[in-house]
Amino acid sequence: MSSTPLKSAKNIIIFSTIWWGWATLYFKLLYVDYQLSGQIAIIDTLFTNGLLILGSLLLINIFRFYNPKKGTFLYLLVLIAAFSLLWTAIVRYGLAAILYDNDEYIKFLIHSMSIRFAMALLITGCVALFSTVWYTQEEYKENEQRKRDAEKLARDAELFNLRQQLQPHFLFNSLNSISALAGSQPQQARKMIQQLSDFLRGTLRKDDQQQISWEEELKYLHLYLEIEKVRFGHRLTTEIVSGPETTNLQLPALLLQPVVENAIKFGLYDTTEAITISIIATIESNQLIIKVQNPFDPETSRPGTGTRFGLSSVQRRLYLLYGRSGLLETAVNNNIFTTIIKIPQA
Amino acid sequence: MTKVLIIDDEPLARMIVKEYISKHPDITLLQECQDGFEGMKAIQQLQPDLIFLDIQMPKINGFEMLELLDQPPAVIFTTAFDEYAIKAFESHAIDYLLKPFSQERFDKAVSKWQEKQSQQTSKGATEALLNTMSQAPTQQQRVVVKTGSKIKIIPVEDIYYLEASDDYVKIITKEGAFLKNKTMSHFESTLDKNLFVRSHRSFIVNIQQITRIDPYEKDNHIAQLKSGAQVPVSRTGYAKLKEVLGI
Repeated sequence: MSSTPLKSAKNIIIFSTIWWGWATLYFKLLYVDYQLSGQIAIIDTLFTNGLLILGSLLLINIFRFYNPKKGTFLYLLVLIAAFSLLWTAIVRYGLAAILYDNDEYIKFLIHSMSIRFAMALLITGCVALFSTVWYTQEEYKENEQRKRDAEKLARDAELFNLRQQLQPHFLFNSLNSISALAGSQPQQARKMIQQLSDFLRGTLRKDDQQQISWEEELKYLHLYLEIEKVRFGHRLTTEIVSGPETTNLQLPALLLQPVVENAIKFGLYDTTEAITISIIATIESNQLIIKVQNPFDPETSRPGTGTRFGLSSVQRRLYLLYGRSGLLETAVNNNIFTTIIKIPQA
Repeated sequence: MTKVLIIDDEPLARMIVKEYISKHPDITLLQECQDGFEGMKAIQQLQPDLIFLDIQMPKINGFEMLELLDQPPAVIFTTAFDEYAIKAFESHAIDYLLKPFSQERFDKAVSKWQEKQSQQTSKGATEALLNTMSQAPTQQQRVVVKTGSKIKIIPVEDIYYLEASDDYVKIITKEGAFLKNKTMSHFESTLDKNLFVRSHRSFIVNIQQITRIDPYEKDNHIAQLKSGAQVPVSRTGYAKLKEVLGI
C-alpha cells in the first residue's frame, strides 16, 4: 500500500498554508467585495472551507485505494462531479439552515450557487489530479525499489552460482591432468599449475560489476582454453579471431568464460570427434560483437530447450547491466551452434 | 591374471591410470577407450574382468554405457566430482577413485576388488549399483537404448508414451518403438514429473502429446495423442493428469 501524502509533516504544512491562504481570500471576497457582515462572512468561510478539507481528505483516501488506470478517466470525472455536487448541496442547505433568518444572505447564497459549483469542481479536480499523480509516483517508486532488490539478489546468486558451477569438475580434472603430467613431463605439469593459478586468481579477484578491456578478457580466456586443451588433448582446437580495433573495447568482467565453457562442454560431450571452438570479435555500430561457435549433434541435442545453464545467466546479467534484452542471441546453422553477445560501448 | 580396460575421454586421465596399472604385474591392460561406444565394443569383444570407468564422457556417460550392457563387468569408477554418485558408490560400487588420486589409493581399490572377487559378488554389486542410480532424483533429459547393434539416444521430448511390456518398457517415439530393460517405476521416478504422468499402471504419457481426454467406460478415461494413439487413463491417473495439467 502506498503511503498517503499526509504522512509527511512538510506536506501537511504546505496543505494547511494553501488552505489558510484560500480561506483568507474567500473571506476577503465575501467581506470586502460582497460587503457581507463580518460574522456572516466568517460563518460562510468556515462552513464552506471546512467541508472542503473534509472532502479533500476523503478524496485523497479514495485514491489511495483506487488509482485510475488508463482509459478510466471518465469515472474520475464522474466522481469529481458527484463530489462537487454533494459539496455544493451541503453548502446550499447547510448555510441556509444556519442563517435562515437572513433573507438578504439567502438570496446571495442562491445567486452564488453556480459559481460555488464551478469552484468546487475546480478544487476537487485539483485534489483528484494531485492524488492521482502522487499515488502513481509512489507506486512507481515502490516498483523500482522492488525491482532493485530483486535484481541485486539475482545478481549475487548468479555470481555465486557461476563460481560454484565453474569450480569442481574443471578444477579436479585439471588437477588430475597435472598429476598425470608430473610423472612423465614435469615441465608441462609446472606450466599447467601456473596457468591454473593465474586463471583461478582471475576469477577470485574480479567483481562482476567491473568492466575490463576485451584484451584482458581474452588473456583470461586464453588461460582457460590452454588448460582445457591440455585436458582434452587433440580433441579440442580453438580459433580466435580478433582485430586490433577491438582490443580496447570494454565488457563486464567474467562474462564470456561461462559461454566458452558451455561451448566446450556442449561441443566435446555431444560428439566423439575432434572439435573446434571459434571465438570471433568484431565491432559493429559501437557495439562489441563476440561470436562463440561450437559443433553439436542436431540428432540428440536441442540447443533451445537444453539445460544450457551458462547462457541464461549470461543473458540475465546482460539485461541487468544494460537494461535491455536481445544482447545475447543464439543461432543454429547445420551442426554449428553460435552464441552472439553484443556489448554496447559507452 | 586380471584383464582390465580404461574408459575415459581425457588422455591424461587414462595415462595416469595406465601408469598405476603398470606397477601391478598381475594386471593386463587390454585397451584404452576414449568414449562409451568404444568401451561397449571393447567390453563385448574382450570380456574384461574389471573396468576403470569415467562418468562424464561424450555422447553417452559411464552409467548409460553400463545400462546398455547385458552383463556389465566389475567397475571401479574414476571421477572428478559428483556428490550424488559418491553416495551410490559408497553403498554398491567396488570402489570409486576421486580424481586426482594416488598410487596408494589406486592399489587399495584394486585389492578391494581382488577380495570381493574371491567372494564372487562383484557382478551383483554392479547391478545393485545401477538400480541405485536409477532411483536418482535427477531428471532425465534423454534415454539411451540399444536397437540391434546400434545405440539410440532419445531426447525425452521425442517420447510419446511408455508402455509396460513384460520385463521391458516399450518407449514409443516419433521414430518408432524401442524396448528398454527397466521398470515402469524407474521411468516414473526419473522422468520429469511435469512432463510425464503415469496415467495407468502400464502407461506413462508425455502430457505435451495429449490433445484431449475422453471418458471411457465407467470411472476410466482415454487420452488422445497428437500421433493418433490412445493411452488408457485410470481413475488415479486421471487425478494425476488433472493436477499436472492444472484443470
